[in-house]
Amino acid sequence: MSPTDLAAVWLTLKLAATTTIVLLLVGTPVAWWLARTRHWAKGAIATVVTLPLVLPPTVLGFYLLVLLGPDGAFGRLLQASGLQPLPFTFGGLVVASVIYSMPFVVQPLQQAFEAIGEQPLEAAATLRAGPWDTFFAVVMPLAWPGFMTAGILGFAHTVGEFGVVLMIGGNIPGETQVLSLAIYNHVEALEHDAAHRLAAGMLVFAFIVLLLLNVLRPGRRR
Amino acid sequence: MANPLHAGFFAVFLLSTAAAHADEINVAVTANFAAPLQKIAVEFEKDSGHRIVPSFGSTGKFYAQIKAGAPFAALLAADDETPARLEKEGEGVAGSRFTYAIGKLVLWSRTAGYVDHRGEVLTKKAFAHLALADPRLAPYGAAGVEVLQALGLFETLQPRFVTAANSTHAYQFVASGNAELGFVALSQVYKGGRIAEGSGWIVPQALYQPLRQDAVMLARGKGKPAVEAFLQYLRGDKAREIIQSYGYTL
Amino acid sequence: MSIRVRFHLPYPAFTLDVDLDLSGGGITAVFGRSGSGKTTLLRCIAGLEPTADGLLTVNGETWQDGARRLPVHRRSLGYVFQEARLFPHLSVAANLDFGRRRIAERERRVSLTQAVELLGIAHLLERRPERLSGGERQRVAIARALASSPRLLLMDEPLAALDHARKQEILPYLERLHDELEIPVLYVSHSPDEVARLADQIVVMGDGRAVAHGPLTDTLARVDLPLRLGEDVGVVFSGTVLERDGEWHLARIGFDGGEVWVRDGGAAVGRTVRLRILARDVSIARSHHDDVSIMNLLPATITTHAAEDHPALALLQLHVGNTPLLARLTRHSARRLELAPGQQVWVQIKAVALVG
Repeated sequence: MSPTDLAAVWLTLKLAATTTIVLLLVGTPVAWWLARTRHWAKGAIATVVTLPLVLPPTVLGFYLLVLLGPDGAFGRLLQASGLQPLPFTFGGLVVASVIYSMPFVVQPLQQAFEAIGEQPLEAAATLRAGPWDTFFAVVMPLAWPGFMTAGILGFAHTVGEFGVVLMIGGNIPGETQVLSLAIYNHVEALEHDAAHRLAAGMLVFAFIVLLLLNVLRPGRRR
Repeated sequence: MANPLHAGFFAVFLLSTAAAHADEINVAVTANFAAPLQKIAVEFEKDSGHRIVPSFGSTGKFYAQIKAGAPFAALLAADDETPARLEKEGEGVAGSRFTYAIGKLVLWSRTAGYVDHRGEVLTKKAFAHLALADPRLAPYGAAGVEVLQALGLFETLQPRFVTAANSTHAYQFVASGNAELGFVALSQVYKGGRIAEGSGWIVPQALYQPLRQDAVMLARGKGKPAVEAFLQYLRGDKAREIIQSYGYTL
Repeated sequence: MSIRVRFHLPYPAFTLDVDLDLSGGGITAVFGRSGSGKTTLLRCIAGLEPTADGLLTVNGETWQDGARRLPVHRRSLGYVFQEARLFPHLSVAANLDFGRRRIAERERRVSLTQAVELLGIAHLLERRPERLSGGERQRVAIARALASSPRLLLMDEPLAALDHARKQEILPYLERLHDELEIPVLYVSHSPDEVARLADQIVVMGDGRAVAHGPLTDTLARVDLPLRLGEDVGVVFSGTVLERDGEWHLARIGFDGGEVWVRDGGAAVGRTVRLRILARDVSIARSHHDDVSIMNLLPATITTHAAEDHPALALLQLHVGNTPLLARLTRHSARRLELAPGQQVWVQIKAVALVG
């Protein structure tokens, strides 16, 4: 494997790990809110979270490029606050991946939270546990399979993403050239051997991830 | 033929043979040539009655698809290597190759006055990103690299590259303002005989190998009059005029 | 104990509207048929109904008034739900510790050992909740609530989800709780048996209101209450074991106003026991007869007289000394015997149940 390919593998793992962490941090409150609220905006928010499923990744990437660019609302906001523009940076990839993979994290979490229901939370409250305490001591352990599923899906989906990073990444080695882009470039450049090696690696990775997902399914609690 | 199912099959059979005789041809066309081709197709249908069904995409992908048996009658490539290779490998019809357009490279910015007429912006402005199509994949990207090498700027500017999968994406990087400037195909920014928006430096031909875009008839199109007629038409005056209006030379 | 409870909570189906002063310790039964607002009242007290308006002070501590409202986890209470609601991811021991470790050291008035011992669950500590029987689960839930040393224990039909055998398994533990801990308990139930056995006070709920409340004996003996107990109308009072007759397996129980013989339940001489006498088991004679099978014949005074739901029946309140009794008889008999308040009569008691 060439150094650029290795760099792409490493970058992909870094991106997927960062994205998964951010997704769990951002997705958990969103999923919690969606699971518990009776607010009128629930339907609308749930739909927005699901939208990345509908949009083709390159389209999503294109809109992110525009939105995060100097003309876009977020791009201007970033500029006004003196921050680096996001396109063509690792940070930009993280932002794009978080949006792109959001439904894969929010939905399993929401389902897990909904399955817990009101009862254990009330029980915890009558045993002196405040809301945060209850979340960490009761909700997290009970929703653990949901967190596993969400984390694995978010990670795997980020590893496999192509269209979004293609648009917003700029294919900069070591910064935004991820594995899927490297494979694509090898294919386009007719370097099929290198492409096969990377693709095979990716398939093995996907197999292991999905296997883990199935093995760690709920229903085999100690 | 009492059985309605049989009648149905028969109707489908009739329709499909009818379609074959309507002289519709599938042509694979490089994305950078999409706009002129659509115009040419309209004129061609008017003049000949044959219909062009174009697929737009990257030349590299078309190559792989043609090798895998894709039903294209002809390929209008973004380079001259792919058609030559196809011909050598037997998928292209021998002797059918010709240059239908020569692309021109432009260093373009969407900001008016940003790019001067001599390309000095490359040394004088502190831009963060220079967009170009991946030089390994796209001829326009490779041409951009050639230009920078000729100017002795490649080493300095390479860290600021943002490379796109193709010339269209490179254009989107610049058009959206995320990259200040970039090497794109003149055809992408050229309308009515001039650069329609922003500012650009049409790079002198001396700085890079001519971007010959060759067409080739494919094995599947061999012997079809419509295909021959189309490739002939592409070389004619009417087509030439359209092609030039998009910033290609011939 | 002094608990001041005033709540107003309108729901589409019914409105909870209570204003109660619960003084007097021990177990207060919140009694009523389903849909009368018992559980809602308990949830309001716990703070589990965030939209309830009201006032709540528990032994001088204000938990809720117009201005502020302590969140559930700041209220020093224990809550035992109908379904035990143990945390499935924690062992029994960790469940028990959940509330206990969340209170300050100096607040820990009930030790873990005490709670475990009281509910007899020492052998279950290592188990997961899923490996407990229904009765065991409920015992763990009660111990878990106790271990958080609450100032007030709320129990919402803790036995309702259990079958008869499981109920009998748990009731003795609840009685021990009553005898050994100082914690006031609000006990929601729709079972007259449980109430008779456990309660010291009773609040009778109907249509979201407190229809009556007071000491159990007095309240149960009222003839004007729409308690709608039907066949279960009767009184509960306490007495002391005076004598146990080994030959006939009977025990003589003295109470305020007389004595009765009951089947010997095993309680030692000197022990305080609870007696329950149903109105349908009490009949009335104008004069003393020796020639009947009934053992318990007591002189009594008729105090009040009321019609029953069924047009054939009448309900009579009498006093044996200071202890009230209820008797159900037909209106026809009441007329034939010319029964009226103030009259001296003999009551014949067919059955006395020792309920605890």
